[in-house]
Amino acid sequence: MLSVRDLAVTFRTRRGDVPAVCGVGFDLAPGETLGIVGESGSGKSVTSYALMRILDAGGEIRSGAMTWNGTDLRNAREAAMRKIRGGEISMIFQNPRAALNPIRKVGRQIEDVLRQHGRATDRDAMGKAIAALEAVRIRNGAERYHAYPFELSGGMCQRIVIAIALACEPKLVIADEPTTGLDITTQKAVMDLMRDLIRARGMSSIVITHDLGLAAEYCDRLCVMKDGEIVETGPSAALFARPSHAYTRKLVDATPRPGVGVRDLLPAEARTPLPVHEPKAKKLLEVVDLVKTYAGKSGPVHAVEGVSFSIREGESVGLVGESGCGKSTTSAMLVRLLDPTSGAIVFENEDMAAIPADRFARDPRRGRIQMVFQDATDSLNPRHTAADAIAEPLRRIAGLRGKALDARIDELADLTGLPGHLLRRFPHQLSGGQKARVGIARAIALEPRFLVLDEPTAALDVSIQATVLNLLADLRARLGMTYLFVSHDLAVVRLLCDRVIVMQSGRIVEEGAADAVLEAPTHPYTRALVEAAPKPPRSEVVLRAVG
Amino acid sequence: MAGAGHPVLWRIVQTIPVLIGVVVVSFVLTRALPGDPAVYFAGAMATPESIAEVRAALGLDQPLVHQFFRYCAALLQGDLGRSVSTGQPVVEDLATRLPASLELTLCALVLSCAVAIPLGILAAVRQGGPIDHLCRILVTAGVSLPTFFTGIVLIYVFYYLLGWAPSPLGRLDFVYLEPPRVTGFLLVDTLLVGDIETFFGAARQLILPSVTLALFTLAPIARMTRAAMLSALSADYVRTARAAGLAPRTVLLTYALRNALLPVVTTLGMVFSFVLGANVLVEKVFAWPGIGSYAVEALVASDYAAVQGFVLAMAVLFVLLNLVIDLAYALIDPRIGFSAK
Repeated sequence: MLSVRDLAVTFRTRRGDVPAVCGVGFDLAPGETLGIVGESGSGKSVTSYALMRILDAGGEIRSGAMTWNGTDLRNAREAAMRKIRGGEISMIFQNPRAALNPIRKVGRQIEDVLRQHGRATDRDAMGKAIAALEAVRIRNGAERYHAYPFELSGGMCQRIVIAIALACEPKLVIADEPTTGLDITTQKAVMDLMRDLIRARGMSSIVITHDLGLAAEYCDRLCVMKDGEIVETGPSAALFARPSHAYTRKLVDATPRPGVGVRDLLPAEARTPLPVHEPKAKKLLEVVDLVKTYAGKSGPVHAVEGVSFSIREGESVGLVGESGCGKSTTSAMLVRLLDPTSGAIVFENEDMAAIPADRFARDPRRGRIQMVFQDATDSLNPRHTAADAIAEPLRRIAGLRGKALDARIDELADLTGLPGHLLRRFPHQLSGGQKARVGIARAIALEPRFLVLDEPTAALDVSIQATVLNLLADLRARLGMTYLFVSHDLAVVRLLCDRVIVMQSGRIVEEGAADAVLEAPTHPYTRALVEAAPKPPRSEVVLRAVG
Repeated sequence: MAGAGHPVLWRIVQTIPVLIGVVVVSFVLTRALPGDPAVYFAGAMATPESIAEVRAALGLDQPLVHQFFRYCAALLQGDLGRSVSTGQPVVEDLATRLPASLELTLCALVLSCAVAIPLGILAAVRQGGPIDHLCRILVTAGVSLPTFFTGIVLIYVFYYLLGWAPSPLGRLDFVYLEPPRVTGFLLVDTLLVGDIETFFGAARQLILPSVTLALFTLAPIARMTRAAMLSALSADYVRTARAAGLAPRTVLLTYALRNALLPVVTTLGMVFSFVLGANVLVEKVFAWPGIGSYAVEALVASDYAAVQGFVLAMAVLFVLLNLVIDLAYALIDPRIGFSAK
């Protein structure tokens, strides 16, 4: 039905032409679901934009052929392409809230597509748009028709994006990272919904994702892309079980899955023995009945409602929950960036909650509690070099200057595996993994006792995530740090943590040893979280590692 | 309490402290200016006695606080005092001068938007193309030529050489009868009495000064439209719209332009305020009886009442302008609602 041969796309930039896709080819049969998997910059999204001929400015199809049911997509006239886009082939995008026009009612946005393709007239457009909303399992379609995207949740927005894509009953749907930025239970709901609709209507689909596990669960066949080329193609289960290309093997290895340790994520040759990590019996931190209430427009908002737990010295605890569950608020209070409404934070037998957050920066204990922030890019000053970023806490709190400062920065760079020549670079000149290392180096600069990691790998590719997680495991053993690992991803938390705390709507719903909670969750919410995680097929690599 | 008019009313109430501040500051500042109005009005042949006489007549021999309260009391009754240089009540002066300036400024802005917004859109759509370059040249030329220069060139070409434009002598040629004043806007007043001939007469007088001002204001509006359109066109929702096969026209107007309008409206508000304050030169060149030249003359003469009246009128105008812009925001973007807080 769709056939792509030798597709090559280049982008014109000021520094000359940059190839994004070179020689990609695949076929798609009616009713088939194809997964295109690759890390950022592999050219997977560009391939789909080229198919729809909606490449950004500067992008150009250099060579190759794309045939859709006998139509030459590469040379079709723009008017013909407009009929195909949305009518025969449509797309679902990542980041659903941004993918919708922020100032147009969602119902109107669906109507726009229906009218464009002659599926609706002025008289019946509204009814058909409401029907399209109800088809993606949105209740009260008539009411939601009048909503603006900012009034809807991320999952709801993604349903609208799906409704727009499916409104005109296309034959092929291309989903570009359809669940990035969504919670794990929402991700499952959206993916299941998409799969059901696509099956029910007998459509073909292409799922583009960086998540090998997700692709393997939902796709019949996978293409693995690297640097603009397809390195391997095959049925999902077989490709996962017996990856033949070295890169596929690396991706499979790096995908967190049940039954593997943090070292197993690395390529076989890098699997050094994991340093021993023994939590002590002494309590380092005790949180007693912590409450945070914000004043909202319509009454108080209870972000955290009486949370109590304790962390032993040298222990790693995972704080898990979906967005809005209060885990970030809790961690911000623990690192004393936010004042609790009530409750105590007893750290090394002193109540930290007694010191206001805005004065804690000048407190001598500031250096003992540090944080690694979620987005490595946003948490670095774009006008400070890597060395400046690492030097900041050393200068301000430790008072280091001159040679001593430089020596300590070099030492930290060494410790976090950041090559010395990168220290003089600015954040935009560093890769995601390198920026993560800078963030970690900055946080451990003062040798904190307690480190809060707020989704430190959420924005990273899986292979980078694997190395960063291993780095964190090594540092913990070397520096004897205690971790609070905040994440929405149970599979990642399990790799690093001894114990897991699960939060829902500002309360702790379950707490226990990491493996126990993951394998036999007792609370229904934890069970939902565990079940929603994509389950990659077992690979032989894993079996070998386990057995 | 949740009536539709309530948030707007609340906005207006919020402006009262601003206006009180303006009254106080304008009063103090005019007193602080160098120059003694009594000496100025007593004339070149004045003796100390005649100066003292004039000072007493103007009420300037009273203590400052006393003068301020007298001014405020009069203000509350709608009396802005009497201008010593024109001999008219300031309210009367403003009522004739302000509409003249507003009419000119509004015409210039409408003209400017009509050119600048389409130009900005085209420049963004064909980024790096000939229209983009043309836009850049026109805009740079417009903003780098001083208004009095463009004004004089336009008069030279269109009035002196070609004879297409009427003589640049104010709002209406003397052959027309001025319509009864209702709004003060000649274009509106002439239509109200159905005097089409005078309407065109007034419109012809307006063309050259409006073009002069419009050229000057093209730059910020066109540049902002272009920048806002560029960012809107590269937004995710535009890609969604394109991927859904929507016609280029719909993508451009319904999806990109409406989102790009917010910064354009902001710029428009800023341009309006600086043009209204800065069109003195255009008013001088075209002998336009506007508020800019009135204010400058009053300032030179230390005509306290007139200067204060002018400042106050401008303050009220800007407060209203900001209100209109806020309302426009709320109309364009549903995310911005009026909250009564």
